[in-house]
Amino acid sequence: MSIDWKSYDPTPFYDELIQSRGKPRPVAKKLTDYLSSLDDQELQTRKQAADHAILEMGISFTVYSEGENIDRAWPFDIIPRVIPKREWQTVEKGLVQRLTALNLFIDDVYNDQKIFRDKILPKYVLNNSKNFREQCRGIHPPHGVWAHICGSDLVRDGDGTLFVLEDNLRVPSGVSYMLENRQVTKRVFPEVFENSSILPVDEYPTQLFDMLASISPRPQDFPEVVVLTPGIFNSAYFEHSFLAQRMGAELVEGADLVVGDDDCVYMRTIQGLERVDVIYRRIDDEFMDPEAFNAESMLGVPGLMRAWRNGKVGIANAPGSGVADDKVIYAYVPDMIKYYLDQDPIIPNVPTYLCVNEKEREYVLEHLDELVVKPANESGGYGMLVGPHATKKQRAEFAQLIKKDPRNYIAQPTLSLSVAPTLCEEGLEPRHLDLRPFVLQGVRTDVTAGGLTRVAMRKGSLVVNSSQGGGSKDTWIVDEEA
Amino acid sequence: MLSRVAERLYWLARYIERAENTARMVMSFNLVSLDMPKTVKLSWKGLVAVTGTDDIFDEHYQRDDERNCVKFLLADHYNPSSVFSSLKSARENVRTTRDLVPSEAWEIVNELYLFARDNMDAGIGKRGRYQFLSEIVQRCQTLTGLLAGCMSHDPAYDFIRLGRNLERADMTSRQIDVGAIRFLKKASDDPSPYDGLLWTSILRSQSGFQMYRQHVKRRINGADVVRFLLQDIPFPRAVAHALRYVQEALERLPRNEVPLRLVMQARRHALGADVDQLISEDRLHDFLDSLQQDIAEIHDAIVDTWFSLEKAA
Repeated sequence: MSIDWKSYDPTPFYDELIQSRGKPRPVAKKLTDYLSSLDDQELQTRKQAADHAILEMGISFTVYSEGENIDRAWPFDIIPRVIPKREWQTVEKGLVQRLTALNLFIDDVYNDQKIFRDKILPKYVLNNSKNFREQCRGIHPPHGVWAHICGSDLVRDGDGTLFVLEDNLRVPSGVSYMLENRQVTKRVFPEVFENSSILPVDEYPTQLFDMLASISPRPQDFPEVVVLTPGIFNSAYFEHSFLAQRMGAELVEGADLVVGDDDCVYMRTIQGLERVDVIYRRIDDEFMDPEAFNAESMLGVPGLMRAWRNGKVGIANAPGSGVADDKVIYAYVPDMIKYYLDQDPIIPNVPTYLCVNEKEREYVLEHLDELVVKPANESGGYGMLVGPHATKKQRAEFAQLIKKDPRNYIAQPTLSLSVAPTLCEEGLEPRHLDLRPFVLQGVRTDVTAGGLTRVAMRKGSLVVNSSQGGGSKDTWIVDEEA
Repeated sequence: MLSRVAERLYWLARYIERAENTARMVMSFNLVSLDMPKTVKLSWKGLVAVTGTDDIFDEHYQRDDERNCVKFLLADHYNPSSVFSSLKSARENVRTTRDLVPSEAWEIVNELYLFARDNMDAGIGKRGRYQFLSEIVQRCQTLTGLLAGCMSHDPAYDFIRLGRNLERADMTSRQIDVGAIRFLKKASDDPSPYDGLLWTSILRSQSGFQMYRQHVKRRINGADVVRFLLQDIPFPRAVAHALRYVQEALERLPRNEVPLRLVMQARRHALGADVDQLISEDRLHDFLDSLQQDIAEIHDAIVDTWFSLEKAA
């Protein structure tokens, strides 16, 4: 028996591949036709081939709560998610616009603070911001860029509109899975690649390296670029090591680096101390430099902030970039785009209620059963409330939390996230998903062709985070005209 | 190459070699103990003493009987040199340097660690001991073979060879010490015919029995075995051989002056020893001690030169 698209029913959700029962979207037609040509056994064989490839490549994702188990196979669904190139070109423009505005904002925050004086944003958001770093005031990083690597989460709602759900400007992860998913899919469905025009994604490590090289304090042909990891116990260690290898950069830990009396950063090698030009850091601000931030940090490099402030080393993302990661600030991004660029936002925000404003808070408290409530400064899907799925007790607890610290909470309507066919034990089933494209900004700005599609593998679940049982899919940007 | 990475590879090799040699030591001592008559007392505690961990042993045990000693040497996590501790440390080191070694290396070490952990009771008990220990030795050899045969002979591999051979030189000198204990005991009324058994077992523990037979061509006697294990150049587990390979690995590394000078001194020290005289003057143990001191100094120099770099000069 082969896949029968007539028996696959995504209603009431927007499906990425299927327009309505039995009718694929034009952009996905080649894929769905191909899938229908495979019988169940063949499909299972492909799935096993994918599992095997993943094991072989050693893709893993650590989950903190699993203690000693460092490796866990990263759940991967072999059915790709498809987006037309025409639509993607608009998304790309929107992402570039957004990151440009965000970087202008961060630079403004740490320097002139015009946006507050002009009353576009209330000043209180800074005073209570977890990720605002006083130590970064007055610094001008190269090209005026603070957040060099941004992973914005996009979601599609019931009528097919794409929204930005959040911006990740600290240390967004997942790009290695995007790259490996493509490798796996090419092995599993080579026939489809031959017959359609799917934009490649493999450029990313090169673009990342070029971007990092562009912030080197010493203009030269071979800047020494390193990836700074907290170490093997970090959940994204696989990615740190993967990116370092792909860029041909050294993967270092805090203890490998030392700041000299000349304020330059050196790494300890068997040849002696070697100067480091650019650090792609994958550790949080607070742990970067015990001299400047958390004195207890064992992961950091004493003096790193000093080196950066004096322009002796490039750091991506710049310390303090996380200030714009705040979900309260997120609500103001459309205003920022207007203010700094005098443009209308190309990709809309999800409507957001700020609990700090009395009227909005009242609304949120009255409609907890309809809304998703999120803490302003968490990532990874931790500490949030999905109103419609929560118990009365949970909602009451959240109401208390909100009243106690309204600045730290925002609420959004529960979106009916789009779905895509996913190979589950029961066969092909609709599962909710989102999309994390990666944007690189240095001298120029590059956007990945697609990004990482994360899928909630559990039926009905809206939580796609890998730390909470999510999986991923390959994402195809398909040029229908080619 | 990063200093930290070099250090981890060096320790990976040392720990694997240590686990293998400790297993070999217990295995041969175990065999010889079965041959000895009741009247000859073999001290298992002596075996603990040659690994230099008797202080830790005394902290944890009242009785130095066979079971306690074997458990201490094989399984105890508070003995940093026990087979289990060594394998655990080896695993940590390879886990954090997986990118630099063939991927099978991680699998071998990980499975070896799990094997040891899950079968430790068999190793401590008498019946399964031999099988357990030979499996450990074999798997360690598999790793050594894999690295020699499948890893580029680059600086990363030089640090592995450095660690392996330095540890081997140290452990072989300790093996000789096991026999040296017997020389000291000679003063008492132990029947000497059994000395041959002990020396044979020490040779066997280094898989050196056949090699000794072929190269020395004399009946097994203490002085010849000591000379063989200490000064033979062709035999890979002999101290002089291992030190030569330490030197060879050192020669390929940058900024090697201090450790290189020290290893050449240690080689002269080992090769220049007059074994007969050391035995007749009861100084063999002291000599081995000073040789182990040389090896510790080479280690310190390696650490200073490559692993613990401080601020820019």
